Amino acid sequence: MGSEPATGHEPAPATGVGPGGGDGVGLTVPARYRVADARRETADVVTLRIEPDGEPVAPGTPGRFHMLWAPGVGEVPISLSDGPAPDGTQWHTIRAVGAVTRALCALGPGAPLGVRGPFGRGWDLDAVGGRDVVVVAGGIGLVPLRPAIRALARREGPGRVALLVGARSPDDLCFADDLEAWAGGGRCEVAVTVDRAPRGWTGDVGFVSNLIDRLPWVGEGTAALCCGPEPMMKVCARMLTDRGVPATAVQVSLERNMACGLAHCGRCQLGGRLLCRDGPVVTYAAVRADLEVPQR
Amino acid sequence: MIRTVRDLLEDHRFFRGLDGERLDLLAGCGRLEVFRPQARLLREGQPADRFFLVRSGRVLVEIDLGPRGVVPVETVGAGDVLGWSWIVPPYRYRFDAVATALTRTITMDGACLRDKCEQDPALGYDLLRRFAGVLAHRLAATRMQLCDVYGYPLAGAPGTGP
Repeated sequence: MGSEPATGHEPAPATGVGPGGGDGVGLTVPARYRVADARRETADVVTLRIEPDGEPVAPGTPGRFHMLWAPGVGEVPISLSDGPAPDGTQWHTIRAVGAVTRALCALGPGAPLGVRGPFGRGWDLDAVGGRDVVVVAGGIGLVPLRPAIRALARREGPGRVALLVGARSPDDLCFADDLEAWAGGGRCEVAVTVDRAPRGWTGDVGFVSNLIDRLPWVGEGTAALCCGPEPMMKVCARMLTDRGVPATAVQVSLERNMACGLAHCGRCQLGGRLLCRDGPVVTYAAVRADLEVPQR
Repeated sequence: MIRTVRDLLEDHRFFRGLDGERLDLLAGCGRLEVFRPQARLLREGQPADRFFLVRSGRVLVEIDLGPRGVVPVETVGAGDVLGWSWIVPPYRYRFDAVATALTRTITMDGACLRDKCEQDPALGYDLLRRFAGVLAHRLAATRMQLCDVYGYPLAGAPGTGP
């Protein structure tokens, strides 16, 4: 396990929506990368720092995703948790929940892997502008938000930033160093709550939506970014809109079974959208009706 | 400028929108308190003679499971309300609550409030409606906690993978 933390690189400039590389490399064919470092975040979450072993994929932006290929096992959609650096190095934070993610989490320095992407639409920080913003992260949902939070924490102007983080337990909290730095940086109000706490935990206990109530300034002029389990996002998006936040100003990152990344296979369909192309980040206004459709 | 209980009641979000006359009435049932960390605000089974409007700090609500230990259930903080057992019989607390940080409250006398509600049913209805809102929200949040939503990510989600 490596110990070098992801360092919050300024992303390399984006060159367009689609992935780079000729002959479909990076788009339909994975670009070759190698693991430079693996850092364990929690018992089942690992951050891989990966470097191109040839031509890199096009630079991604916060909230977009890549398909990471564990050779001989399979391919999964994973968001950027940091970067990419100008040399093409990028960071992906992965939770081991299935065969492919377990294989990726087991990779050590020097191990090869494939990368396609970046795909989809990320956080629309231009739409947030200078508004007050509430960022709600649940569980591993903090990963795609991390680069966006960094950008918001660097933002100038009077707009407030509140980061509300929910986790299963204190042991499941990722990026503790980042949370501390953001809280201490003066630009970001950070609140963390856990569903289950051991004796001795002095932080908050309870569902993350409870923290929204404690922000008296949330209202019509507020924007919000939410990422986490879909039930959590629905509860939080409803609460935010009940408090007056326009549904068009609430961005959610939706989970569906991304596979091709090219809007061909249809596995990530939600209503009339293919989320690998039209998402994963969408406004709550755009998907509210679809999210209310029972899924069984 | 010294701020009175009535001023602080008006500022607290639990009483947002309540008219001035009723705030005057309620202020007579309130007092300001400060709890140091580890101070106990509520104990399960004890008479529910008060509730707390938290102004600052943090209070942990917990359940004592006897030999299995004490389980933290929820924290309440600034702007939250703690304790609703005073409003429904048998007027006994159902949980323990302990301050985990220096906590400032407006502490409301339950018996005094019940008397005022008996005299002014419209005030009683208003209070019940406010508490019902808090209870509905807490119940929904507790259900989400029980569902362990962070425990089982959907395979194929960006950031998680199958």
